[in-house]
Amino acid sequence: MINAILVFNNYGKPRLSRFYQYFTIEEQQQIISETFHLLSKRDDQTCNFLELPSTSIICMRSTENCKLIYRHYATLFFVFCVDAAESELGILDLIQVFVESLDRSFSNVCELDLIFNSDAINYLLDEIVMSGLVIETNINNIISRFEEQNRIAKVETSPASVKATSAVSAIKNMNLPQLRDRVKDLPNTFKDLKF
Amino acid sequence: MNTDSGFNPGLNMATIRQAINETIERGIMRMPTPTRLRDLIRQIRAAKTQAEERAVVNRECAYIRSTFREEDSVWRCRNIAKLFYIHMLGYPAHFGQLECLKLIASPKFTDKRIGYLGAMLLLDERQDVHLLITNCLKNDLNSPTQFVVGLALCTLGAIASPEMARDLAGEIEKLMKSPNAYIRKKAILCAFRIIRRVPELMEIFLPATRSLLNEKNHGILITGVTLITEMCENSPDTLNHFKKIVPNLVRILKNLILAGYSPEHDVSGVSDPFLQVKILRLLRILGRNDPEASEAMNDILAQVATNTETSKNVGNTILYETVLTIMDIKSEGGLRVLAVNILGRFLLNNDKNIRYIALHTLLKTVNVDISAVQRHRSTILECLKDPDVTIRKRAIELSFALVNAQNIRAMAKELLIFLEKADPEFKAQCSSSMVLSAERYAPTIRWHLDTLLSVLIAAGNYVRDDVTSSTIQMISSSPANEQTYITVKFWDAIQETQDNQPLLQVAVWCIGEYGDQILYDSELEFTNERPTESTIIDLYNKLLWSNQVNTVSKQYSLVSLAKLSTRIKNGQNNIKEIIEMFGSHLNIDLQQRGVEFTQLFGPYKHLRESLLEKMPAMTINRINGANSNGEMIGEGEVIRSNSSDKVVNNGNIRSNTDTLLDLLGSGDDIISSSSFTIPTSTPAPAATNNLLDLLGDIDLGAPTISVNNNNNNNNSATSPITMSILDDNENTKIPDVTTMFNINGSSGGNAQANNSNYDLGDFLSSPTLHNTSAKIITVFDKNDLVITFATSRHNDDYIEVLMSTTNNSMDTLEQYLFQAAVPKSFQLQMMSPTGSVLLPGGVITQEMRVRSNSPSAVLRMKLRISFVCNGNPILEQAEVSNFPDV
Repeated sequence: MINAILVFNNYGKPRLSRFYQYFTIEEQQQIISETFHLLSKRDDQTCNFLELPSTSIICMRSTENCKLIYRHYATLFFVFCVDAAESELGILDLIQVFVESLDRSFSNVCELDLIFNSDAINYLLDEIVMSGLVIETNINNIISRFEEQNRIAKVETSPASVKATSAVSAIKNMNLPQLRDRVKDLPNTFKDLKF
Repeated sequence: MNTDSGFNPGLNMATIRQAINETIERGIMRMPTPTRLRDLIRQIRAAKTQAEERAVVNRECAYIRSTFREEDSVWRCRNIAKLFYIHMLGYPAHFGQLECLKLIASPKFTDKRIGYLGAMLLLDERQDVHLLITNCLKNDLNSPTQFVVGLALCTLGAIASPEMARDLAGEIEKLMKSPNAYIRKKAILCAFRIIRRVPELMEIFLPATRSLLNEKNHGILITGVTLITEMCENSPDTLNHFKKIVPNLVRILKNLILAGYSPEHDVSGVSDPFLQVKILRLLRILGRNDPEASEAMNDILAQVATNTETSKNVGNTILYETVLTIMDIKSEGGLRVLAVNILGRFLLNNDKNIRYIALHTLLKTVNVDISAVQRHRSTILECLKDPDVTIRKRAIELSFALVNAQNIRAMAKELLIFLEKADPEFKAQCSSSMVLSAERYAPTIRWHLDTLLSVLIAAGNYVRDDVTSSTIQMISSSPANEQTYITVKFWDAIQETQDNQPLLQVAVWCIGEYGDQILYDSELEFTNERPTESTIIDLYNKLLWSNQVNTVSKQYSLVSLAKLSTRIKNGQNNIKEIIEMFGSHLNIDLQQRGVEFTQLFGPYKHLRESLLEKMPAMTINRINGANSNGEMIGEGEVIRSNSSDKVVNNGNIRSNTDTLLDLLGSGDDIISSSSFTIPTSTPAPAATNNLLDLLGDIDLGAPTISVNNNNNNNNSATSPITMSILDDNENTKIPDVTTMFNINGSSGGNAQANNSNYDLGDFLSSPTLHNTSAKIITVFDKNDLVITFATSRHNDDYIEVLMSTTNNSMDTLEQYLFQAAVPKSFQLQMMSPTGSVLLPGGVITQEMRVRSNSPSAVLRMKLRISFVCNGNPILEQAEVSNFPDV
């Protein structure tokens, strides 16, 4: 199982963090900084796996030994923390799938895209990994599901529809029946009008 | 609202339009527009210091809180999204939980989407809020929109608590049969999580798994295989249930390999590697220890192993899984050779990841086929020099697993070079492992001593205490000429450096013990200055007052110096002066030693000689299968755990205790004996099995014990009351111990027996025999139930054991049944107990008579206690081996 998926930059600033096991917010931050600390020491010549020391929080919480499997792209580390039930090389491929999907959705994804679309990244990730398990690996499927949902959301939130729905509710709030009654009285009112 | 001022006679269409516009404006703009997420992120990023960032976040949080108080805010989504960002940065965001629930309850997809994401990020089962979500989930699971169902499934998978799992398992099971693939695969993984949380819910999902493997959709296949794998690991029954799907899996795998190029599933030239990996994993579980299932897999595994393109990572991924599967199942010999060859190729691969995988897998394989791994020894040793710590770590573990009697010299040389340069984190483990390997395979004593010295020098202050103590032990049990030899070496070593504490400790111990042997033998050769009485005493003086020497080393030095006073011919007065000075030392331990040793120079001078005599040789009580090749250990070889390294100065009793421990003790001790995987070479597992055999073989048919049990006739008909614990395995040397349990002897020597049992007690983890009365022992004390044995000898004829059970709990125990079994060399007769119901504070007694068939046999007893407490049947077991002499 995947215990956590972390993305942080070369300075350790988190850009995405998903935990598939319960950790308090302090523990989460500790895991992120610990992970960053371990990985920042490794250059690009080393292998993409790192066995977590048994003192790390994730290891203490899990029954098995956990490993970090990561890839380093330009300014970002993509880190998957997994237990023994996952294939190390398989997860490497999965990271590739994730990054390619991001690249397709944001055309030439860069760190800024991740920063300003943190919710969207989470939605995309949910199409690949669900509760710590791989759900889909086909990039076309991932992207099309993700975009279909974006379209639904877009239709709902487009400025036109916001205005429209607000207008409807505003008219409802106007207490139309009462207004109508008064409009009925209009002729009488007009009668009294002097021109 | 807009008609609050009564009817306005001036009303016309323009005013109506204006009124409507105003309302709309007010509806949207009830509050000033909140900062956009983008702007917040910009602000946070612009913050130059941590404090500035915190201020921005706090201001925003305060604002968000205030908007949450407003009902029906149109900006809820935006605020929650900001909260996620803040949460990711590590600031508390729990106050958004309820807002998330409101969003989930909204009919809009956008709201639900962000609400559910919030639930996954912010909620956890430790908070009551999360129970409120169950109903929403239930509604959304039945939604007509697939994405809403998808969101609900995803969230349930992430935060399912046991209660939620129980409530919603039915819905999930329904969705697992949905025709919509998107919903179906999510439901399958949801089922996985539910089973993880509540294993007994597995039954519900079993029928739905049947059709999963006939799917074409790879998403469903991959999740389906994951679910089945989990179920198989969950219970052996399910594992057997799924054995029949092996052909299906083989067919899917075959289709994947032979289908050729399919653009939909292709990943760098390989057809859906993810699915292949999952299937290979499941095959591994299904084929483990099952020759029939393994047979069905052989062909396909061979095909995968030979047909997979390995120029890319994906290909290697599959090969790696294939190799693991081949090694794990009962595969053909040819296939195994193929697998090991693949690993050999991996090991030479330029890609570091592949090399790591190779080492990792070889370590798993080393038990199965050590000779195959040995072939790659030089490559593995090469990996010790790798700059990557991950690879070095694997390589070092593997190297130690490969050490054997034939290659110990060469391997030790390489490993010592590694040890010298290793990072501190490796030094401790590595040095301990070196000591263990040297102990097990040392070709000669001198080599062994040299190696220990090199380890101490190379690992410096990072060695664990066990290295120091076992080195001392080893030296103490060596012949005199070797002792002299190594003392000279140590003397030379500490001339060069004195800040290596463990080295210093062993060195001063040696000099203290064997100082006379090196001082007065003119034929010895020294690399450094030749020691004289005065140089030695000067050195001690320097050590004892040096700041770089720690207290433990000073303790060693002080004792050693005192000992030295009886070894050397002149200079006693200097020694006396030094020791006297410690009488006022600040460290209380050193002071005590100082005062005590001073006594030996004053009023108790006459005792000094005899008190400070040489230590007798200590027995090495670790794995001592030196040069063993498997068979030796089979014969009841003594294998001990590290944890009892404490030196007991009576070899005879000691070894008896050991043997006994092995007979009674758990095989686990061996496994846990070191943090490195040392016992992975062939001898150790063989021994483990052997021991387990000894323990496990309960011979039900052996009519060696006669039992009288009137109270529970029906029970005795079904349950094995008569049993022999120790199968008379020919390999077992039932220890010829008479020291401890002197059956024929008098009750003298109890003190000694107690002494040796002290260690034993720790192992049996029951409070045994620390009391001075040797005749009554407590054999069981758990959950307020105490069982004692009172033993006495009856006319040289039999030993009478009076069992009495006391119930110290507040519950009444019913149907109390006490059963006992003894080794075949004894006969046990049980009288009827005084009752079968134990009231609170009540006592039941039962008499047993034990006859010995052979005078040298040691009495042990296995106990089985069953009773019913508050309607729950309880079964306890215990072993008794500390019978006092009677």
